[in-house]
Amino acid sequence: MRSANHPATVRVAGGQGFWGDWLEAPYRQVTGGPVEYLMMDYLAEVTMSILQKQKSRDASRGYATDFITQMERILPTVVERGIKVTANAGGVNPRACAMAVADVARKLGLGGKLKIGVVTGDDLLGRLDGLIARGHDLKNLDTGRPLHDVRDRVLSANAYLGAAPVVEALQRGAQVVITGRVTDTGLTLGPLMHAFGWAVDAWDRIAAGTVAGHIIECGAQASGGNCLSNWKTIPDLANVGYPIVEAHADGTFDLVKHPKTGGRIDVAGVTEQLVYEMGDPRAYITPDGVADFTTIQLDQTGKDRVRVSGIKGKPATDKLKVSIAYFYGYKAVGTLVYVWPDALEKAKAADRILRQRLQDLGLAFEAIHTEFVGANATHGPLALKGLDTTAIPEVQLRIGVRSPDKERVDRFTREIAPLILNGPPSVTGFAGGRPKPEEIVAYWPALIDKQMVKPMVEVVDA
Amino acid sequence: MKKRLLDIAHARSGDKGDTANIGLIAKHPKYYPLLVKRVTAARVARHFKGMINGPVERFELPNLRALNFLLHGALDGGGTISLKTDAQGKVFSTALLRMEIDVGGRR
Repeated sequence: MRSANHPATVRVAGGQGFWGDWLEAPYRQVTGGPVEYLMMDYLAEVTMSILQKQKSRDASRGYATDFITQMERILPTVVERGIKVTANAGGVNPRACAMAVADVARKLGLGGKLKIGVVTGDDLLGRLDGLIARGHDLKNLDTGRPLHDVRDRVLSANAYLGAAPVVEALQRGAQVVITGRVTDTGLTLGPLMHAFGWAVDAWDRIAAGTVAGHIIECGAQASGGNCLSNWKTIPDLANVGYPIVEAHADGTFDLVKHPKTGGRIDVAGVTEQLVYEMGDPRAYITPDGVADFTTIQLDQTGKDRVRVSGIKGKPATDKLKVSIAYFYGYKAVGTLVYVWPDALEKAKAADRILRQRLQDLGLAFEAIHTEFVGANATHGPLALKGLDTTAIPEVQLRIGVRSPDKERVDRFTREIAPLILNGPPSVTGFAGGRPKPEEIVAYWPALIDKQMVKPMVEVVDA
Repeated sequence: MKKRLLDIAHARSGDKGDTANIGLIAKHPKYYPLLVKRVTAARVARHFKGMINGPVERFELPNLRALNFLLHGALDGGGTISLKTDAQGKVFSTALLRMEIDVGGRR
């Protein structure tokens, strides 16, 4: 129900689609036109394990440090305009992240003017043995194996929290909400539930806020970036405007961007983002509810304006997804470039020779994978159908191996360079030197009963 | 008459573990029924033969005039495990657009 306290329209701007996204985007979003909220997504599936490693070396680390630099830049505007920020930049140490933001606020003379919300409770790493002992076997959703099988190699384990703790932090007056593993969509849905007073069981609205979050959580991928539809005509990507959700209390929303920015917001581009990383479209499951993507209606209602309506949702499930990272083994990838004439044939010959040598050395691997970049690396045999391969000017031989045994992988890396002098001719491109064996940290998705995870919210003064 | 999917559709793809998803979107509403009829899960599985080692699932989104395909076992283990350039299936979508389908009418 809408009360006089609830606004007619709320604008949530997407500021970062991943840790490493455009550093200019958040500043442009808070200064380019009116917005009430800025959401920033920092956490990919394997990010948590990297952060857990940092925290184990230094207890004051374990969060997305780029976020602090961003806040230093945008906090004066954010405070002046009363913009609220939601970000899962807290990683595995949201409190330390909040302290760092508070330091920055004081440095900027904003001490006492800012309340910071801290959302924790997602980190299950210290609780894993207890959970397993109590019968929560955290089976891998893809393979069905119990976590017990890799327990001694687990590096991080985080439940995906939903919008609820974000809403609580906002209700308690937080202007910047820093979370651990909150879902990307929860960072947009939370502000909408808070601003409009949506009930936690208003399933259609929960679904609408979730879809809004899905559209803007990948940054400019909803406003002309990485868009295949008529890509050559997308204007001024150098100056691309990141997407903004202009939401209404009834759950409908418009997707827009700031005036005088580049990129494009059209039905085709928004559709591309809707189907990105999609599973069963009738059941997009989050901790907050289940959205049905087959109910979404899109209409172009203006230039760079798409209206999104009709979204239906279903009740939340009683499970939460858990993102677990574990040490898997080692890999290395080596590359060499072979050149016309017969570029592809030379690269293929080099691959055969290399494989023969590995076999002669008695080196077996869990996987050896060869690609001929420039010929078949991404489209496989489909790419070569009907093609005159003798005309290809150059091909990069890219060969990778994977093994639990680091020494084997290391020995493989020493077999690349010799091919320059003792393999097929017209070869170059080894300037990068010998490849290094890399640790593989793999992802283990699982489910846990919701009642086992208790989100916690603190609000602190800067 | 045959047409390449590239001429009547666009697409975006992503990953979930070792599964690549491809959202295939009709460029015009009139092409959507053709996609539904011709671009079946079985046809897509044949198209990607040798590139994937699991089954293909298909979901229909008539509201977006789109089909969503899940290509299981497409990414050599996926994510960080995979040795592929396209470990996250980001450009699988463009490989599907190479497919030619019969669009009826005279040639």
